[in-house]
Amino acid sequence: MSRFSETLLVVALAGFSAASFAFDNYVGVGRPATPAELKAWDIDVRPDFKGLPKGSGSVDKGQELFEEKCASCHGTFGESNEVFTPLVGGTSKDDMKTGRVKGLSSGELPQRTTFTKVATISTVFDYIQRAMPWTAPKSLKPDDVYAILAYLLNLSEMVPADFVLSDQNIGDVQKLLPNRNGMTTDHGLWPGAAAKKGGIGNGGKPDTNNKACMKNCKSEVLIGSTLPEYARTAHGELAEQNRSFGPVRGTRTLGPEAAKKAADAGTLDLATKSGCMACHGLKSKIVGPGYNDVHARYKDQTDAEDRLFAKVKAGGQGVWGSIPMPPNGHLKDEDLRTLVKWVLSGAK
Amino acid sequence: MVDIVKQPGRLRPAPENFLSEEQVKAVASGRRNFLRKSFLAAGAAMAAPMVAQAAEGDPNILQNPAWTTSLGLPVATNAYGMPSKYESQLLRRESPGLARVGGASVSFAPLQGLFGIITPSGLHFERHHQGWHDIDPSKHRLMVNGSDASLIKRAKVYTLDELMRLPSASRIHFIECGANTGLEWGNVAVPTVQYTHGMLSCSEFTGVPLKHLLDDCGVDYKKARYVLAEGADGSSMTRTIPMEMVESGEVLVAYGQNGEMLRPENGYPLRLVVPGVQGVSWVKWLRRIEVGDMPYATKDEAVHYIDLLPNGLHRQYSSVQEAKSVITTPSGGQTLLDQGFYNVSGLAWSGRGRIKQVDVSFDGGINWQTARLEGPVQNKALTRFNTNWMWDGQPAILQSRAIDETGYVQPSYGQLRAVRGTKSIYHNNAIQSWKVAASGEVSNVQVL
Repeated sequence: MSRFSETLLVVALAGFSAASFAFDNYVGVGRPATPAELKAWDIDVRPDFKGLPKGSGSVDKGQELFEEKCASCHGTFGESNEVFTPLVGGTSKDDMKTGRVKGLSSGELPQRTTFTKVATISTVFDYIQRAMPWTAPKSLKPDDVYAILAYLLNLSEMVPADFVLSDQNIGDVQKLLPNRNGMTTDHGLWPGAAAKKGGIGNGGKPDTNNKACMKNCKSEVLIGSTLPEYARTAHGELAEQNRSFGPVRGTRTLGPEAAKKAADAGTLDLATKSGCMACHGLKSKIVGPGYNDVHARYKDQTDAEDRLFAKVKAGGQGVWGSIPMPPNGHLKDEDLRTLVKWVLSGAK
Repeated sequence: MVDIVKQPGRLRPAPENFLSEEQVKAVASGRRNFLRKSFLAAGAAMAAPMVAQAAEGDPNILQNPAWTTSLGLPVATNAYGMPSKYESQLLRRESPGLARVGGASVSFAPLQGLFGIITPSGLHFERHHQGWHDIDPSKHRLMVNGSDASLIKRAKVYTLDELMRLPSASRIHFIECGANTGLEWGNVAVPTVQYTHGMLSCSEFTGVPLKHLLDDCGVDYKKARYVLAEGADGSSMTRTIPMEMVESGEVLVAYGQNGEMLRPENGYPLRLVVPGVQGVSWVKWLRRIEVGDMPYATKDEAVHYIDLLPNGLHRQYSSVQEAKSVITTPSGGQTLLDQGFYNVSGLAWSGRGRIKQVDVSFDGGINWQTARLEGPVQNKALTRFNTNWMWDGQPAILQSRAIDETGYVQPSYGQLRAVRGTKSIYHNNAIQSWKVAASGEVSNVQVL
């Protein structure tokens, strides 16, 4: 009986797999994209300007938009290094002639800006259009993008102040880009076809040629660089970034004083994120009491931690006046416990 | 006095758990055999009962602890299980000063505490270009189109319902950010392996080979030799990958990671998996694939992720992560507890295939010994290596050197800088060195 069923099963499986090979496409999977859908999502702009929308924008309009939407991160003149690296600077009239930014090789450039690097103006248009402004990506209309780009080109001294950038003249601007000849694909890190076979790159040939020597490979060990002292402590307490058991321990880098300070800073951050600091100051009354006053009131009470924990969790009124403290059910118990301990130890 | 630490079955408590601050300092200042001395000192300081108890044996054995003498918690107490509360040190962390805004930053995986080759999904490194979202999968779509209608028979739209009906593949691959170790091009800059190498993770990914979808849309493979991948986040991050990789079947449109769906930080519900290629090409929250007849020069391949050479040219479309390795235990920012035996353990990987061999040096690269590879060694996946070491208390410099199946040998800093200078930022795969001081403290150094 059992042998008979196994035979049947084998026959059934063989039949099924033969049938499955008959499928040459995935029936019932996917549907054609509509023209409107393609228009909505296919927004990329290539180096040959395929995908570039029609439109135009002036330097003046661009300055207005830039100050309104971009300057808070990039600085009014695209020079800011506060949030992101600078957009403009580091290029010269000579660079525009040669298409190579001289500062990249001479070492004169303190920092690379967008226009010292980019070789394709389409890149900048595409990126502003798809990703800017930072907090409201894709909110710019094509004319806005042209205007903002025109302003950046003017800041880079590539176009005059009365310039109007458009889909018609963007190709001329490409010919002025200071680093337009600054890229090479002659390297081994492109995983596709080599340039000589119609692709780009060298087909994967590496640029280093180390040998697997095993014995007496050199006469001395040259140490080129060691960890600077500031870098040893810049990443916090390393002892707390390793397990407290096992073959090694994290090296204690900060010491107890600094560790307490770091822990306090962490808790203040937690208090801020949890919304506590909206109503309490460390040393001042805001809506609720300052934490220095809470500390003073509870400091000699042995059950203070549990009482305060319950009070903060459930909320309350009357101890510090008539303005009620709302319940804080959204906080995790462990976080609440950390915050209460912090307040009772004289929050800093 | 009885030499208690020589007794078999002893437990060595962590110094900081039972030593005074002064004693910990003495340990850090370089006294050898400190553990034995400090154990006895601590015993003596703690009065007679402790010594008597210690002589009799370990109290952790002599007195059954609470977990052996009481009822434990029921099943599903944690409906989604979390690590032990004793594991709170191993977290993703940012490197202070690296980025100035969290939405365009990096968090590094804690390689110093991980085992084997799979990165726990919750510790997978993060790199976002404009913050992350938790996307509703029922509203997520994947569009496949051509830069030109002639390159594709039909542009199509797929839902998750549909993609998850298609033939799937599950493969283990590493993902490494092109800028991993980028802080160290010019000199030593960061203290631990988390920050030197932690933009590295490895998972089992499950998804549909992209080739199936391109076949389904009727792509003209003769003309369409480039593929643009685009994300659904605010940055709608885009990168160009070569059609050759898609045709090989290696590139996946993935939804699964380590047996569950992708984590939101890693692209939920859909990301591209491009084995061997830097992480930026593994577009997260994947919403669109476009086939084209030329590379796209997107922002992340024309302004960023380009490698500056000493002659002022930038290498563009640099994508492959070449063979690389690093010792994770012991590593920078750790301190060895005592002299004696250690299992030295690390990771090796190559974007060009399988790891063939890993050699380890304890003298800064004068002599090397071949390490054990923990198999099976997989294509474009992390490979764990281990080797034995007897630390004699003398200063040492530990290094590892990977060799992949193409025969490529991981370069030294001197060799890499000779061709690329020190300002490339990306694709630093130089041999990492960890100096062990007589105190047992391990620190980051660069050997040329």
